[in-house]
Amino acid sequence: MAKNTTTLETLQTIKDGVLAEQAKEDNIRILVGMGTCGISAGAREVMAALKAELAQKPDVDNVQIIPCGCAGMCTYEPIVEVLEPGKKRVTYVHVTPDTASEIMYKHIFGGDPVVKYTINGEFKTLSEQNFYTKQKRVVLKNCGEINPEDINEYISRDGYQGLAKALLEMTPEEVIDVMKESGLRGRGGGGFPTGVKWSFAAPNKADQKYIICNADEGDPGAFMDRSVLEGDPHAILEAMAIGGYAIGATKGFIYVRAEYPVAVQRLQTAIHQAREMGLLGKNVLGSKFDFDIDIRLGAGAFVCGEETALIASIEGKRGMSRNKPPFPANHGLWGKPTCINNVETLANVPQIILNGADWFRGFGTAKSPGTKVFALGGKINQTGLVEVPMGITLREVIYDIGEGIPNGKKFKAVQTGGPSGGCITEENLEIPIDFDNLVAIGSMMGSGGMIVMDEDNCMVDIARFFLDFTVDESCGKCVPCREGTKRLHEILDRITSGEGEEADLQMLQDLAENIKLTSLCGLGQTAPNPVLSTLKHFHDEYEAHVIDKKCPALVCKPLLTFEIKDDCRGCTLCSRMCPVRAISGETKQQHVIDQTKCTKCGTCLTVCKFGSIVKY
Amino acid sequence: MAVKKVNVTINGIEVQVPEDYTVLLAAREAGIDIPTLCYLKDINEVAACRLCVCEAEVNGRPMRNLPTACVLKVEDGMVVRTDTERVRKAVKMNLELLLANHNRECLSCDRNQTCELQKLCHEMGVESTRFEGEMRSLCYDDLSPSIVRDSSKCVLCGRCVSACDKLQNIAVLEFVNRGVNTKVAPGFGYSIRDTDCIYCGQCINMCPVAAIKEKTHIPQVWAAIQDPKKHVVVQTAPAVRAALGEEFGVKMGKAVTGKMVSALKRLGFDKVFDTNFSADLTIMEEGYDFINRVKNNGTLPMITSCSPGWIRYCEEFYPEFIPNLSTCKSPQQMFGAVAKSYYAKKAGIKPKDIVCVSIMPCTAKKAECARPEMQVDGHRDVDYVLTTRELARMIREARIIFDKLPESDPDPILGEGSGAGVIFGATGGVMEAALRTVADVLTGKDLKDIDYKAIRGIENFKQASVKLPIGGKNVEVKVGVVSSIRAAEQVLNQIEEGKLDLHFLEVMACPGGCVHGGGQPHVSAKDRIDQEVRSERAKVLYSEDKRLPHRKSHENEEIKALYEEYFKEPNSPISHKYLHTKYAEHFIYMPDVTDRV
Amino acid sequence: MANECNVKNESCIKPDDPRFKELKAYIDSVRDQQGISIMVLQEAQRLFGYVPLEVQKWISLELWDYSVGELYGITTFYSQFNLTKQGKHKISVCLGTACYVKGAQAIVEALEQYLNIEVGGISEDEMFSLEATRCLGCCSLAPVMMIDDDVYAKLYDTKQIPEILSKYYLESELEDEMESEVGA
Repeated sequence: MAKNTTTLETLQTIKDGVLAEQAKEDNIRILVGMGTCGISAGAREVMAALKAELAQKPDVDNVQIIPCGCAGMCTYEPIVEVLEPGKKRVTYVHVTPDTASEIMYKHIFGGDPVVKYTINGEFKTLSEQNFYTKQKRVVLKNCGEINPEDINEYISRDGYQGLAKALLEMTPEEVIDVMKESGLRGRGGGGFPTGVKWSFAAPNKADQKYIICNADEGDPGAFMDRSVLEGDPHAILEAMAIGGYAIGATKGFIYVRAEYPVAVQRLQTAIHQAREMGLLGKNVLGSKFDFDIDIRLGAGAFVCGEETALIASIEGKRGMSRNKPPFPANHGLWGKPTCINNVETLANVPQIILNGADWFRGFGTAKSPGTKVFALGGKINQTGLVEVPMGITLREVIYDIGEGIPNGKKFKAVQTGGPSGGCITEENLEIPIDFDNLVAIGSMMGSGGMIVMDEDNCMVDIARFFLDFTVDESCGKCVPCREGTKRLHEILDRITSGEGEEADLQMLQDLAENIKLTSLCGLGQTAPNPVLSTLKHFHDEYEAHVIDKKCPALVCKPLLTFEIKDDCRGCTLCSRMCPVRAISGETKQQHVIDQTKCTKCGTCLTVCKFGSIVKY
Repeated sequence: MAVKKVNVTINGIEVQVPEDYTVLLAAREAGIDIPTLCYLKDINEVAACRLCVCEAEVNGRPMRNLPTACVLKVEDGMVVRTDTERVRKAVKMNLELLLANHNRECLSCDRNQTCELQKLCHEMGVESTRFEGEMRSLCYDDLSPSIVRDSSKCVLCGRCVSACDKLQNIAVLEFVNRGVNTKVAPGFGYSIRDTDCIYCGQCINMCPVAAIKEKTHIPQVWAAIQDPKKHVVVQTAPAVRAALGEEFGVKMGKAVTGKMVSALKRLGFDKVFDTNFSADLTIMEEGYDFINRVKNNGTLPMITSCSPGWIRYCEEFYPEFIPNLSTCKSPQQMFGAVAKSYYAKKAGIKPKDIVCVSIMPCTAKKAECARPEMQVDGHRDVDYVLTTRELARMIREARIIFDKLPESDPDPILGEGSGAGVIFGATGGVMEAALRTVADVLTGKDLKDIDYKAIRGIENFKQASVKLPIGGKNVEVKVGVVSSIRAAEQVLNQIEEGKLDLHFLEVMACPGGCVHGGGQPHVSAKDRIDQEVRSERAKVLYSEDKRLPHRKSHENEEIKALYEEYFKEPNSPISHKYLHTKYAEHFIYMPDVTDRV
Repeated sequence: MANECNVKNESCIKPDDPRFKELKAYIDSVRDQQGISIMVLQEAQRLFGYVPLEVQKWISLELWDYSVGELYGITTFYSQFNLTKQGKHKISVCLGTACYVKGAQAIVEALEQYLNIEVGGISEDEMFSLEATRCLGCCSLAPVMMIDDDVYAKLYDTKQIPEILSKYYLESELEDEMESEVGA
């Protein structure tokens, strides 16, 4: 059993030590972005190159190479940053092993930053990008700044101070009161006030209660939870301990996707370190409060993001949702009172406890205080993770932070909330983002995926794509979700393949509303949203599919027509490449596509060197 | 303790109900029937079919979406509406969605008119579906001797899954895959034949549609009856008479013994006998087996072997208890063996010309009669087994007006049964019957106090002890009675761990015993709310017991004759040849099985 | 008889496979925890690469609370579990939203065509198994696919695919050669 001698003073000593070390005049810290995105882009090789160079100079002892989490600007990965006391931070982007060596030689050993490897060669840091200026980093405050595998670095940035304050200075009721006052709402999708949730579980008497961190991030296109787990795992442990103290739980589970190996490994390391230091275990910080955390790996089921399905999964069963009420706060894991909070929600908790509810209410709107992290993706110039105060407009996020739509294309819609959300059109871009406003315009916050679409995206096809996902991910328990989403998908399939009829649109609407109204859990209740919101905002596009049998965005292949214009030079290439021999014509003569044979594969369009083939 | 009551308003009708009621139950008090399909009180309350949706308001605030009445707990002042257009539309659409993935061959379906889905659609005016499309992949498994699964009818309500898991804790049937590909099946595409299924048929009882049913022997039985060269004898298990009437509109809890016998005679069986007779015979054999074990330090506790579902379970999961099993064949098999030997001889008919049919409340009996060892000198003990439901079907097919049938008695020689025999059909009955005989034998008296009430009733596990003189000493004989495999498993574990000390244990695979067997008439989930099927049917048997002239197996005149003329005494060598059997460990999910479904 | 669930159970895992001992040790290390079935199946899949009948039957006997049917229900619910043998290399094409809007479907189709398999299948030479996965979390690199742990990013042009795959065939040939040399 770990002897527990860690106290508030110990934390202070560690913090002072780390800060003093970092403040030494000749100290050089090299941060390498080692989130999954960085690693995918080659950060491991870069790290190896940096270390190899450093190893060449055994006498250099003032340089630390530190792996850190994702800074959010994935397009620039691999990113290497150099921090020296009193000097401007230098950010190198798209670093390769070769440039890494050059940076080591010229900058680290030579004292001369290599400007050409910075952003646009302009010697700008990430925080000077448009991408960052409108952001407010609370949840992501440590991501990209500290070594997630070093508990001391976390402590140096006030880590575990929130827990210490809660345990040593506050009663559980006071903790819950602060959470309630802060107005923090669940970031996993529903937006339920966290303090209220805790207050439901707290008064229940039971021999055992649980707090669960929901890290089963499953929305396609959202990865903020992964970033937090990879970049700042201790924040989650600290928050869970605070939550455990507040509701009276001594045991916590982190339910994390198995597809996030880096996050899992960092969590394991963090738990190990926290246990070693007595920040988890018996008698935490001498407060007589016992708390420990175990990790459970998800096994690939989106529905397990839903509370009751998640509980079933931890219990070792098929992750099928069950009806609420009873709510987990009364009847949760193994029938015990259980509180489930999402990663991003928890990441706010230590800071709220430490800085107070008013501090937190200083960001965001009255009804949705704080910030929200979005994963910005799709047809947008700057993709990545952004943390913005609630109340910012979608236009600001898309045009100011994301720098607009690439290739001069026209903005069509932005999809928020993943498969549970809806599409938002141009007319609603000025609406301040918060939980209630998004719901009011037929979408939802969801976990924070934000996918931008341009004129080349067919909205019927997008609705079909999301339904494809939900049909596959429905747990299969309740009739409307299991059978209904399948039929929705079939109708959309008919429409996108040109076999739709006008009556199908009303059927879509009725069925979608019924699924929303009668499904058992959140997955089914929100699954029709992509259909409902596209039906509402892009009805003309649906009509084009079923009445004119045309896909305005030119996406739905069966609805396309390929034609050879009269400037055809008769080079015969298209005719030769056509897999179904639908193109005929003599050499140097105008060629013709036989529409009855054409399978709309698009080969001719791709191979034509003269741009003589059009699709419409 | 008085349960607190709350006031609820449903469709404008105010009712006062206990606070632990669901809206569904409260609505029934208000005379309102809410549609349900997946709901099975206490067994499957999962809110999956979404047909019991309603609108509800608590403290004047409407609840989000449409909550399901089957699991929604009442609250004081709650206002519920089930009669709005919004609710009706939702129910109808969910029914349409179910129909779109359902094999709608209602006319030729086994469950035509007892199908809960059909009934709901009829009541709600849903005649077709707008959502034709791809349907669930088919799986028709008729490889097992007892149970047929037809996935094309399955509505994925999970009632069978819960029955298999919650009642029996065997969990053969499980949800497999997810989303629209979900189905109910055993593992790895195995036929139910090759799994841990014990054929108890509780899944069939719980199924609202015809996705699981017994493997029928009706055509074979018709053929045998039509064959002039065959002498077809039929036996009817005790529990059949307690439930057959339900198939013909008789209220549950009424015996139809006399009409049943008349019906069988009209169907053309050459002789109509009674399994009560061989139940008495079983008591003679098993009773003496028990006395021998107690006197000679044999393996104890001795465990009954009447329930083939239990036997199969023991062979699969607790082979270490095989020495504890009574070597006696079940009454069904004993009957067959006696019919083709003693009766054949007396009637002057060659055993090979006799076809032995049994009417059983049980699906496992079909598998039992097919066990290779269940034969003597090449003659199968029992040739065909019909469930109570199948018998009803034959009676209907023969256009017999059940209600107008006269009462008649079974044929002599193998037709008499004692009160002890008839109570075999209820949990505790075998033990009570055995005690009546064992106590008389050991005390040498004709004991009058023979109602062993401690082991009656529907509790899954009951115990009693009786002081009996054994080997000159007064021994406190401890007996136990357990029904359902889930409870049996717990009892066996306790015995293994030395926490439970018993001399004699009765095990029945089905909860409540044979009256609630897998071959009994279907009782809809709604009817199960209002009546306790197990005790209603058991009541019939105990009143039969009261009315019979002999209430102890050893007083049965025909049994006495059988021993005098044929077997000499219980456990004699000849009785061993005909009436006893062997057991062996049974292996499941063997990898070399090639015919999967 | 309709034949829907032709799960191939032919596998070469024998009851005396030493990996069962490792699995047993793992089970013993977590036995006092509740709800361990999924953890045990995950560990089994790590050890064996997949969880066929033999393995699930073994687990069912070891964890008395779970029937083969229940374990099968679990392993068919979660997409992580494989019941059949997997290819030497696992190709996962991300079908997250970001990848989809940037054309990931074309990658899937190209791979299906090239390897002559469907999603969820294994190529005839057992070199590749193909899966479509949920978001891999590399949205800025969309569209992406992963082969084992390698990420292939920005696959706008499906013509790159044969080239990428050929790398693995080449590696495999080299390995074979080395093995045969060692063998000689």
